[in-house]
Amino acid sequence: MKPIVSKKHEPIRIGYYICHCGTNIAGMVDVEAVRKYAAALPNVAVSRNYKYMCSDPGQELIQQDIRENRLNRIVVAACSPLLHEHTFRKATAAAGLNPFYLQMVNTREHNSWVHTDRGEATRKAMALTHAAIRRVPHHKALEVKKVAINPNVLIVGGGIGGIHAALTLANAGKMVYLVEKEATIGGHMAKFDKTFPTLDCAMCVLSPKMASVGSHPNIHLWTYSEVTKVDGYVGNFKVAVRRKPRYIIEDLCTGCQECVDECVYREPKFPDEFNLGLGKRKPVFLAFPQAIPPIAMIDPEVCLNFKRGVNPDGSRTVSDKCKKTCVEACGDRKAIDFKQTEEIKEINVGTIIMATGFQIFDAKRTPYYGYGVYPNVYNALEIERLVNASGPTEGALVTRNGQVPKKVAIVHCVGSRDENTNRWCSRVCCLYSLKLAHLIKEHTDAEVYNFYIDMRTPGKSMEEFYNRVAEEGMHLIRGRVADVYPDPSDGATGRLVVQAEDTLTNKILKIPVDMVILGVGLEPHPEAEHLRRMFNLSCSSEGWFLERHPKLAPVNTFTDGIFLAGCCQGPKDIPDTVAQAGAAAAEAFALIDKGHVEQEPNTAYILAEECSGCKSCIPLCPYTAITFDDTRLKAIINETLCKGCGTCVASCPSGSIVQNLFEDEEIFSEIDGVLADEPA
Amino acid sequence: MTNPSPTTDGSWKPRIVAFFCNWCTYTAADLAGVSRMKHASNVRIIRLMCSGRVDPQFVVDALAKGADAVLIGGCHPNDCHYVEGNYKCLRRFHLLQRVVADMGIEPERLRLEWISAAEGEKVKRVINELVDTVSKLGPLGLPRRFQQWDEEIEALADDVAAKENAAEGGGVDQGKTPQTMESAHA
Repeated sequence: MKPIVSKKHEPIRIGYYICHCGTNIAGMVDVEAVRKYAAALPNVAVSRNYKYMCSDPGQELIQQDIRENRLNRIVVAACSPLLHEHTFRKATAAAGLNPFYLQMVNTREHNSWVHTDRGEATRKAMALTHAAIRRVPHHKALEVKKVAINPNVLIVGGGIGGIHAALTLANAGKMVYLVEKEATIGGHMAKFDKTFPTLDCAMCVLSPKMASVGSHPNIHLWTYSEVTKVDGYVGNFKVAVRRKPRYIIEDLCTGCQECVDECVYREPKFPDEFNLGLGKRKPVFLAFPQAIPPIAMIDPEVCLNFKRGVNPDGSRTVSDKCKKTCVEACGDRKAIDFKQTEEIKEINVGTIIMATGFQIFDAKRTPYYGYGVYPNVYNALEIERLVNASGPTEGALVTRNGQVPKKVAIVHCVGSRDENTNRWCSRVCCLYSLKLAHLIKEHTDAEVYNFYIDMRTPGKSMEEFYNRVAEEGMHLIRGRVADVYPDPSDGATGRLVVQAEDTLTNKILKIPVDMVILGVGLEPHPEAEHLRRMFNLSCSSEGWFLERHPKLAPVNTFTDGIFLAGCCQGPKDIPDTVAQAGAAAAEAFALIDKGHVEQEPNTAYILAEECSGCKSCIPLCPYTAITFDDTRLKAIINETLCKGCGTCVASCPSGSIVQNLFEDEEIFSEIDGVLADEPA
Repeated sequence: MTNPSPTTDGSWKPRIVAFFCNWCTYTAADLAGVSRMKHASNVRIIRLMCSGRVDPQFVVDALAKGADAVLIGGCHPNDCHYVEGNYKCLRRFHLLQRVVADMGIEPERLRLEWISAAEGEKVKRVINELVDTVSKLGPLGLPRRFQQWDEEIEALADDVAAKENAAEGGGVDQGKTPQTMESAHA
């Protein structure tokens, strides 16, 4: 093959570098053989192998060669370009060469890490090296496009993760839109009584942060609202938010709750969601006393003032059955508006943080534990509410018939580490089960039996906490509970028998107890799938949002400008959620503070002289970036709208569309290269 | 480019060219790597931004240049990073399948898979399955077939020329070497 000469008639001089990556690559690929192979290929001026190409000396090697050997193309065979392409582009640019004259060969992720035959792996490395060396002469000098970034941030989810991220960014002077689905922020943490391992009260630490969010001048807090549409890309997202009607005007409500007191229902009658149905509320209510915003809402499904069903326009028909004592109580404030309908708000933001949290495992999916069948089987979150002083029993831990339990069983790993439900460890259950054991002991002095598979207490101060609780005199039994059934000798009292095998003593235990608490695991939020599609994120096979890199980019997603915080990414405790939320805020801030985003110059353009004006590309573009010039009868691509997918390029019958970085010649030469025969 | 018949030396192994989209399938292949999921080494992956960029010519070209099969990987329906490029790819794929079948090539040699960024395991499975299938089908050997056809045409041309020469008593040379199939394609 004759050496390719660039347009400026400057001969192509390629520098080829294959990285050992310690033994990661060199252990499976004969790097010296590949180096020799590359050296013999056309246009290759320099061919080297080096222990760590991404290290400073490795990068310096490239720069030195560019300067001394007048290289004008660089090929690096190392890890995935998704990991280090920018590193080597930067190194290339630092030596004065256009960074897009670089091509990488994925020799680690796609090769040495997944193959077991050294000969085959080496042959594959040669084939892919050949492809890159054929491709790179076609590369053009390109410029990175800079687009201004909108400094506003959207945070989805108002649990502790969303709250912390919102405050961090708002304190840094950025405008934050915090969108929460429920009527109040606080999330799961607001429902907890105490937190492990310090046993400080959850609301005591959370409520000041909630209040700061509510009053912060830089935070637009939109509760009872949901994101319905997301368009755009990093730096310039257009988001539509549905603000559901609470039938109370937020700006006029003072949070006095006089409407609640004066409701025609004298007593609370309807299951209270915040207390997981263990308590009752009225049709007009505040989720809980410290709710933020402290604004009441009306449940149209049970309020006497509304007829059942929703009108086609989304409004509700008002009935005349009710005396509307709430309106009377509200008086001059006039905050109650029965005619309220949902509102769609459009906002523009530059970055997005997802903090949409989790749901607890539905214990009905493990029917052998009798949740939902036997009244005294509870899930752990219900117990959090029962032991909480502001909970439905004002902190009295009692069974359904009002008795203080004498014996309590706590079952770990319900819906975790189980082939039949979820395989993962939910990370927090062992610790919150120990915490509940402590609280139960403190509240009732009952005998507490913890049934665990393995006691998992990693993290700072966690093992110490376990030792402390163990010393308080808990029964810790290693064994999975097989069955929970009513005590046959004593059926009427609701007493239950817990059957398990103690795997340390190899004995079957049947322990009669008054209350069974299921340590339910954490699951992806039920709307995670819907959100994932809307925000164009990826999910792990379990359904958690997928981070860009498990170690090095744990809060980034594959969509630039969207970050993850908290349990939407996987089960974690409060400290880890807060840490991750801070990291997500910092990542968003780093983007905003730079002021612009750099866009990969992989956009497409039309060779006007070759365009036949057939218009077949125009309907294919999902971004309406292609228009038709009626005077010249040619299609035109708007470069700022083009996102570089290349769909139009593949469709053009006259071959008159070119995609930068992925030109036809570049791909064809790669095909040639991978199929050129490597030496045996 | 030389392309010696891979079957003659008895060590034929399928060579498969894959076009993976940057956001889902290429990332899934990276994940398979990070997770050390061992799989067959016969697939050569070419990265594109979107499966919508897969020009049918790429596929045909790969087969013509000696690939035994082509694998295309994109995001699952509704998950495309570019909204619906994968759907455009699917439309072209259906058409391409018919064209390839009409050319006498086994349809199993063309495979389109939706593999999300989290499905490293699926990359492994699909690659192993495809290598298995193609190993059973044997080599496609299009370059060799093209060569044979070229030889036949050349022989035919010589034959015709000889006959014409005989008829006309030695006319002028046509001055044109027959085009090879490969160059005709490119």
